[in-house]
Amino acid sequence: MKPTLAVWKFASCDGCQLTILDLEDDLLALTGAIEISDFREATSAVVEGPYDLSLVEGSITTPHDAERIQEIRRNSKALITIGACATSGGIQALRNFADVDEFTRVVYASPQYISTLATSTPISDHVSVDFELRGCPIDKRQLLELVSAFLIGRKPRIPTTSVCTECKRRGVVCVTVAHGTPCLGPVTQAGCGALCPAYNRGCFGCFGPMESPNTSSLIPLLRRLGRSDTDVERLFSTFNAGSEPFRKAAGHG
Amino acid sequence: MARRRTIVTDYLARVEGEGAMTVKLVGDKVEHVELRIFEPPRFFEAFLRGRSFLESPDITARICGICPVAYQTSAVNAMESLCGVEVPEPIRQLRRLLYFGEWIESHALHVYMLHAPDFLGYESAIELARDAPAAVERGLALKRTGNDVMTLVGGREIHPINVRVGGFYRTPSKRELRTLAAPLERALEAARETVRWTAGFEFPERTVECDLVALAQPDAYAIENGRIVSSGGLDLAPAEYEEHFEELHVERSNALQSQLRGGGTYLCGPLARYTLASDRLSPGAREAAAAAGLGSECRDPFRSIVVRSVELVHACEESLRLIEAYEEPDAPFVEVEPVAGTGYGVSEAPRGLLYHRYRIDAEGTILEAKIVPPTSQNQLAIEDDLRDVVTRNTSLDDDALRGLCEQTIRNYDPCISCATHFLELDVERK
Repeated sequence: MKPTLAVWKFASCDGCQLTILDLEDDLLALTGAIEISDFREATSAVVEGPYDLSLVEGSITTPHDAERIQEIRRNSKALITIGACATSGGIQALRNFADVDEFTRVVYASPQYISTLATSTPISDHVSVDFELRGCPIDKRQLLELVSAFLIGRKPRIPTTSVCTECKRRGVVCVTVAHGTPCLGPVTQAGCGALCPAYNRGCFGCFGPMESPNTSSLIPLLRRLGRSDTDVERLFSTFNAGSEPFRKAAGHG
Repeated sequence: MARRRTIVTDYLARVEGEGAMTVKLVGDKVEHVELRIFEPPRFFEAFLRGRSFLESPDITARICGICPVAYQTSAVNAMESLCGVEVPEPIRQLRRLLYFGEWIESHALHVYMLHAPDFLGYESAIELARDAPAAVERGLALKRTGNDVMTLVGGREIHPINVRVGGFYRTPSKRELRTLAAPLERALEAARETVRWTAGFEFPERTVECDLVALAQPDAYAIENGRIVSSGGLDLAPAEYEEHFEELHVERSNALQSQLRGGGTYLCGPLARYTLASDRLSPGAREAAAAAGLGSECRDPFRSIVVRSVELVHACEESLRLIEAYEEPDAPFVEVEPVAGTGYGVSEAPRGLLYHRYRIDAEGTILEAKIVPPTSQNQLAIEDDLRDVVTRNTSLDDDALRGLCEQTIRNYDPCISCATHFLELDVERK
């Protein structure tokens, strides 16, 4: 019997589950090794749980979804979250620092029809999670490594160092030192391959905070580079705004 | 007494995002049709307020993982037009190339992985691959080429990092772009084969009569910008959009839906683009369309799969031309200084017209944002079509009717993730 895989979606842009289909060259090999039991974006065929592996995209933003994730956890031997929404609440977690009723009135003509939670929270706030794969979006090589490791039953090789280490390995000149460009690379977890610095751009934190990020050293540096308090707050308030180190760095307490 | 039937699909498969469908019949009469969307709202227009105008491309990209370039492009168009900046021609051409990469990726995904299984009687492309591996591999190779274009020009295929207001962070060299030529040649051949393949499917005869709306450029099949034109005779600058189109927040359908002001359903996307501008497709795309028997117009939603395939030929052929003609710009971007006021931006997402409006202050802080994605504009047309399809097929049993309804919805390639930011949420999962 092949191990069974299910893919679940909560509040998100669909990009992380699209990464599975973006595996292209490896997709048919993967579907040969694994039985896809429930993946609505790809197939209308549905097999009942329990599942050996559930990949979960998106954050919890409604009372109903808070219940649904419990059931998914009960039906899954292993549960892995994919992407910034599932891992830190995503950009929609900006509501956590605002008045969600006011947000609703801004977007909807008839706010009384809307049912939503005041917060957008990561999956790990609700159920136990076996692994959190970072990124906005996730990196497909990391996804393949993670699923392969799961199939073999070994620990996945996913680095928890900073983007800086990837710049050094790739031979990319430091954009901050050479050009004075503000960059979150020193506090952001590796995984993208130092993409932005390679394109002459400062890192903007897609993969979220690294282990023990030294934001208190980075913030004065950003200020010395001419960034205002508002700029610094914006820099930390994107796709991983809900993660504790970035939330604190942005001054959201 | 007439028999009551309710056809329900709780969770539509092979669409982007979370949607459901309900059809209620009394005898042969269709009582109620609803494309319901329970994807939770994410409030982009609310949290864009207070952000820098320069952040809009990166933030709005996160509305949709399937068409991020569309969001980035409409956002930069809005900001640049407001601030009085016109980007140099090589940068505009590079934007077109990046956008064609997204069309190739998104269309190949829809044609092969989401839509073709309906016509061939499979539940997924993965299942289809067991019987027709060559076809599915061709689709995946096409999709991969689209992703390769996005990766080279944009940095990565989902949420590209290289787009900025004023241009790009880094522009590729002529030599780098040339590496795409060989894969694009192969993709072009695969796209031609895709047209032949899909043209051979069986199609029920359908015609939609509503207004068709798309962008137009005088000498090109519009993608990265243009004027808004319609089959009803509209010809508008982006700033005039809201004078002619409105969004309604309707409880019955659980959604804010677009319509022509004063009433009137309209459709945007491949059928609209093709019908309004098939004469401006690339020569190879016109040839493929003629061989597929499409004629100069196509108002048949089932045949949208053939039109998407023709657009794949166009996207590959145009990409090759852009790569051949590319000259590296003097600088990767133009500095853009904020100007207080309101900016309007449009572009042709794979699923149709994507409209952005922003009001910013003199420091470049966003004060107000409005985004109208194609799926919200198409929702009324989809429901109208669904009603008509059901009315003509009431003799089918429930399962067959449900299958036909789902296919009718997938004909429009709805992107529910995109639509979410305006959709009301009233979760009721049966």
